[in-house]
Amino acid sequence: MQFFLDNIDLFRDAFLNTLGLTFFAGVLALVLGTVLAGMRVSPIAPLRGLATTYVEIFRNTPLTVVFFFVIFGLPQIDTVLPFFAGAVVAVGTYTAAFVAEAIRSGINSVAPGQAEAARALGLTFSQTLTTVVLPQAFRTVVPPLGSVLIAMAKNTSIAAGFSISEVSSLLARLTNADPNDLLFILLGVVLAYMVITVPAAIALNRIEHRVAILR
Amino acid sequence: MSSLVLFDVPGPKAKRRQLIGTVVGGVLVLALLAVILWRLNGNGQLDPARWAILFDPAAGVPQAFGSALLLTLRIAAVAMVTSTVLGLLLAVGRLSDHRWLRIPVTTVIEFFRAIPLLVVIFALYFVLPGFGVSLSAFAALVGGLTLYNMAVLAEIFRAGILSVDKGQREAAYALGMRKTQVMTLVLLPQAIRRMLPVLIAQLVVLLKDTSLGFIIGVFELLRQARSLVEFFNSRFGDIYTFQLYVGAAVIYIVINIALSQVAKLVEKRTRSSAKAAGAAPPSLATSTIGTGVQRGAEPSF
Repeated sequence: MQFFLDNIDLFRDAFLNTLGLTFFAGVLALVLGTVLAGMRVSPIAPLRGLATTYVEIFRNTPLTVVFFFVIFGLPQIDTVLPFFAGAVVAVGTYTAAFVAEAIRSGINSVAPGQAEAARALGLTFSQTLTTVVLPQAFRTVVPPLGSVLIAMAKNTSIAAGFSISEVSSLLARLTNADPNDLLFILLGVVLAYMVITVPAAIALNRIEHRVAILR
Repeated sequence: MSSLVLFDVPGPKAKRRQLIGTVVGGVLVLALLAVILWRLNGNGQLDPARWAILFDPAAGVPQAFGSALLLTLRIAAVAMVTSTVLGLLLAVGRLSDHRWLRIPVTTVIEFFRAIPLLVVIFALYFVLPGFGVSLSAFAALVGGLTLYNMAVLAEIFRAGILSVDKGQREAAYALGMRKTQVMTLVLLPQAIRRMLPVLIAQLVVLLKDTSLGFIIGVFELLRQARSLVEFFNSRFGDIYTFQLYVGAAVIYIVINIALSQVAKLVEKRTRSSAKAAGAAPPSLATSTIGTGVQRGAEPSF
């Protein structure tokens, strides 16, 4: 326990890093994922193809491999990112594929009459999508989108393998300690993740109930 | 809603606009590709000699990738079997009438769903030895994958069991079956059939997660790629790094897409099979209806 208290600063910094990584990667994933979902239903074929390819590739690649490409691949096209930004890009682009799939399934679940009515009113494709279909789609996909984002918060732990100062890497760094201390550290790490994931799950549940639409 | 509903059948003007959009979009995509290829070429990454190493048995690369792929598949296979069996037991336990069984099982499921897989693996690999239980990296990886995925699979099975029509259970009880019989003979067979696509999607996730073995030093595909990179770097300098990682990534993508295709096929077959007729689609919170397959699974490690 004493050991744990001695390292509380390390712990706090690591926790904040995890939180920051989760936040920025989440924003990137949501924005990119929404754009990709829009592209997948757009009338323009190359955009559809591009988005489909993106989703298929990222969904079938392990996040660790994505990390490798960001860290070793991007420099080959002369783009060197700082570590934190690299982690945000890796986690964000990976999660974006899952976000896109979730939102697309939401778009598919909006009643066809909605889009038909929007078209009958003379709205263009982008107006139909952004003002009629997407707002309803977002409401129906709160649960799957939520589990995607919670999974992403847990996925930030992969950054540990690439030695960003992050909660899990802290665990790896402190492993030479006494077994009893280790147990406390482990419990601390578990608790730190739960502090992020459990309230997120509760909040999502609330949001789900608030925005649910009856059909 | 099919995407066709989102926009009108194009008239002559819209057709022209879409043609322009297609051309501009296509040019942009091609330009992006061209820039990437140009940059890669500028760094000499497209040199055929560099790529030839992937297929050169004399350099040992195909053999190394082959054995690593086998290990990856072995890890995945063991973890798939154990986590499916344990997941089934946990799902049934969570639905039990007895509180002394239900509460601990629920706690176990929720606990392992809430923490990252990597932390589970670290705990098995680094923390357990401190208590006198030493696991090999292989065992720690398989154990971690099992513990995490059994919790996720338990939730999938539970959703499947709950989605079976109430009348099925009532009818079984009316025939005089015991609780165990109702579960094993009536509910589970229907639940598993219904959840098969989501189940397979989760197994794809499991297969991807074996790459975490890289961090604790199991020589699965990614670790093997890394060690090949280190080996070649020490001999020839940093010239094969990119190619070897691309090789590993392509292998992952190919086996995962193959598995996903199996899931799609199974989904199609269950949907058209007469036995499953009238069955509602899986109503797991995270799964959605009629759009491919993988959405239901947690996109996660």
